[in-house]
Amino acid sequence: MTTAASIATPPPVAPTGDHHDLAIALFAVIVLVTLGITLWVGRRGSAAEDFYAGGRDFTPLQNGFALSGDYLSAASFLGVAGLIALYGYDGVLYSIGFLVAWLVVLMLVAELVRNAGRYTLADVLALRLRRRKVRAAAGGASVVVTLLYLVAQMVGAGSLVALLLGTNSASARTWTIVAVGGLMIVYVTVGGMRATTWIQIVKAFLLIAGSVLLTVLLMIHYHGDLFELMRQAARHSGAGRRYLEPGLKYGATSTSRLDFFSLGLALVLGTAGLPHILSRFYTVPTARAARRSTMWAIGLVGGFYLMAIALGLGATALVGSAEVRHANSAGNTAVPLLALVLGGGNGSTGGVVLFALISAIAFATILAVVAGLTLASSAAFAHDIWAGAFRGWSLRRRTGDGAPRAEEPDSDRQEIVVARIAAVGIGAAAIVISLFAQQLNVAFLVGLAFAVAASANLPVLLYTLFWRRFTARGAVWSVYGGLVPAIVLVTFSPVVSGTKVALFPGVDFHWFPLENPGIVSIPLGFLAGWIGTLTSPEPADSDRFAELEVRALTGAGAA
Amino acid sequence: MPQQQTSSPGQGQRFDWWAAPAATSAPAAGRPNPGTRSAAPRTDRTVPAQPVPPVPATAPTVPAAVPVPAAAPAGTADSTEVYRTVQASEAFQDIRRSHRSFVFPVSSAFLAWYLAYVAAQAAAPELMRTPVAGPLNVAWLLGLLQFASTFVLTWLYARNARTKRDRAALGLRWDTQDQLR
Repeated sequence: MTTAASIATPPPVAPTGDHHDLAIALFAVIVLVTLGITLWVGRRGSAAEDFYAGGRDFTPLQNGFALSGDYLSAASFLGVAGLIALYGYDGVLYSIGFLVAWLVVLMLVAELVRNAGRYTLADVLALRLRRRKVRAAAGGASVVVTLLYLVAQMVGAGSLVALLLGTNSASARTWTIVAVGGLMIVYVTVGGMRATTWIQIVKAFLLIAGSVLLTVLLMIHYHGDLFELMRQAARHSGAGRRYLEPGLKYGATSTSRLDFFSLGLALVLGTAGLPHILSRFYTVPTARAARRSTMWAIGLVGGFYLMAIALGLGATALVGSAEVRHANSAGNTAVPLLALVLGGGNGSTGGVVLFALISAIAFATILAVVAGLTLASSAAFAHDIWAGAFRGWSLRRRTGDGAPRAEEPDSDRQEIVVARIAAVGIGAAAIVISLFAQQLNVAFLVGLAFAVAASANLPVLLYTLFWRRFTARGAVWSVYGGLVPAIVLVTFSPVVSGTKVALFPGVDFHWFPLENPGIVSIPLGFLAGWIGTLTSPEPADSDRFAELEVRALTGAGAA
Repeated sequence: MPQQQTSSPGQGQRFDWWAAPAATSAPAAGRPNPGTRSAAPRTDRTVPAQPVPPVPATAPTVPAAVPVPAAAPAGTADSTEVYRTVQASEAFQDIRRSHRSFVFPVSSAFLAWYLAYVAAQAAAPELMRTPVAGPLNVAWLLGLLQFASTFVLTWLYARNARTKRDRAALGLRWDTQDQLR
């Protein structure tokens, strides 16, 4: 097996300049189409309901596509397939957490959140715990999570687009980040949730269609023999049989194994706390529609990851691990390179077209995901933090009852203006942070965003929905008890200092051995909520819990 | 208020449209409490003129136990009482039980199964390397089983919700909203 690996490496397929012109043209088409959607759809109403929830009239199928569009970032499309191309089975292991996480969303969160909230995660908490500080804490955690995720996507976008366009210069990366940031601000401020949702739907459709196309071509190439695909991938991986066994990436030391367990925990619990996923459930009319859209999303995401596994193996089998690593050390160009080979190889028309097509889909993926994140972030800021701080009492009255007592279109309009301004501000902040964080590892940033979501958002959400005795103090403690340890542990982890690839490679003040804080901070979030509730001076308000339970399970009075 | 009136009938129609097949399977599933079903088959919004059957069964015991807290804003006392009454009703407790008795055990099971799978990479690497068929080893087999179990549990959850909860929950929703009016 090892002798075969050395002799059977396929010919090099390093991309040359000629196929980038078509890619640039397709990028321009994507930008024009998405801007067209934004302008066309954005005219259809600008009430709070339209801006935050897209008018709540999407069908389960549409929302299922939009959910998977929000979820399958470029990190999934290119990153997971790249990991599989480089590390074989360990890449598969990484992808599974992203899928299983949807069961948590489906069973514990989706329907109840749809019934109990209006626009954001904090709405659900506020229905029961009518305290300004609860809303502010949850809103703040949502902004932190989305900002981390946003920076991850934009850093990824910078290097990725530069790579796909064939330049690796620093200025190309910088301008890509600025352009992507500018576009996402336009999508969100002009189009709101309706335009963002349609962009997600288009993008998810393109992504699935592109993956199906490549997978079918790959299957034709191997005459449907998956075992032969696996064997040839192992032969061309340079690792032989070990390519198909666990341990190539995550198995070096017991610390790295524990780190992977921590990441796995964060992935499986984090999805249900991601604000941009939760706010998607408000775009459908009922809880049953929310359930059905989650089922569509599970089908699409699961199918996509199965195809990504095949494509990752295909990239190794047909391109070779060494070549993939040579093009990009993180393996991010594995799928475009595979497209080049499947289309007929470098220089052939088919190869050039397929490469440009897949690159354009990756670009559309980046644009759509950052738009969804910016929207969720600005909603959390305007609806939870700003409105909570400056409109506390009137807001309390409005969200309190099934039937809003007094409509306040003026302050609603004001809140939407604030949300649009916040989108500009958050977009600008994300651009600036991304420019400074270009050296950070994208996969790490995504893992961190999931860890913070699982530590700060999920415990408080589950306690609110299911625990009769939960109190406002428990909620505040739970949010900060998960958020603060997660941030502190990362600050003192090898990611920030003490290693060559750290944010500050020159100094060493790390004492926490793991890169992902999930295994410590997630239990701390649950523990803090529990202790906060037990030590609470006031008992739980059982009237409010009755209202929450009845509304969440039956849908009575749902927005 | 106007917003609610415009959205509710639409939701009713939407539900009936796709829940229609469930109507045949629900009796077969053998729901334990047929008393609640009198409210469930409602198809349009003209029916609420009827008295509300399921709730009064338990209502007499509850209102006495409802203290209206001084902190509650004036005017919400009525709705609080409605929610307390509905929460205590047999129909609602059935919905709550069928939700929790499915969701809690199944969630614990799939989380344990996923975490055990992740931990097995470190704990039992030799077992994971054992070949099964061709290039497939135990690790790949378990990974593919994670995909399969996710799809199967999704389907089981949807079936459980459709047959055990949906109709009763919709009936209770209209009842509750009638009382709140």
